[in-house]
Amino acid sequence: MHLFLFLLFAMFCVAGAVNLLIQPKTINSALSLIVVMGSLALIYLLLGAEFVAVIQVIVYAGAIMVLFIFVIMLLNAGAEEQSKGSLAAKVLGIPGLLAGCAIALGVFLKHRPQEELIPIGALYGPADKVGMLIFTKYLLAFEVTSVLVLIAIMGAVVLARRSDS
Amino acid sequence: MIPISWYLLLSAFLFACGVTGFLTKRNIITLFMSIELMLNGVNLSFVAFATRMGSLDGHVFVFFVMVVAAAEAAVGLAIIISVYRTRETLNVDRVNLLKL
Repeated sequence: MHLFLFLLFAMFCVAGAVNLLIQPKTINSALSLIVVMGSLALIYLLLGAEFVAVIQVIVYAGAIMVLFIFVIMLLNAGAEEQSKGSLAAKVLGIPGLLAGCAIALGVFLKHRPQEELIPIGALYGPADKVGMLIFTKYLLAFEVTSVLVLIAIMGAVVLARRSDS
Repeated sequence: MIPISWYLLLSAFLFACGVTGFLTKRNIITLFMSIELMLNGVNLSFVAFATRMGSLDGHVFVFFVMVVAAAEAAVGLAIIISVYRTRETLNVDRVNLLKL
């Protein structure tokens, strides 16, 4: 059952990622990215990462992608203009890509790692335990992060404002 | 019971898709989404290794990556709006001058 669920969501992830690449329209790419993020959240749940799965849905699939789709609709982004691929990309790129894939696959199959099986929920990561870590061990990083977000908000306001007013 | 290498393979595939999109796409918003895809691939390997190590530190790092991604998306999309206002295009090939 675990294997079936993993393969199902991994398939959704792969399909969404490939669809993001082949869609000419930006809005379709954005929607397939949401599919990738949603199925990643379910894979996190399979790994027992409860907190991460929830913030994946809220922050990524919710906030960030809504922002993307707002901007796509605001700028009325249609199909992208195709440029002619350079000759070097066709002559060198495709054999290079195949060679890279072959090397990676060869290394993976040769040095096959000991198959460490992860049972469902091997490490349980609920919000309270992760929160304890954030507010004790990583407190300084958390506070610096808040400054980063503040600067990002101010930067976004300054950049998006019309300069003439 | 899933081998950990499967999670890492999925993570590597997502990262590779992100790199491919970043290098081949022409629309600036799609480039941005490819970066988000790369960050997602890295997050998956963080969570997989956290489970492998039996330590929750990886989950905390995913949290920080998400915060940075959110900040990056906010600033980046503001830059995209600003570029569109001055250039009237989203094609990165046409945005090749720093000055107007």
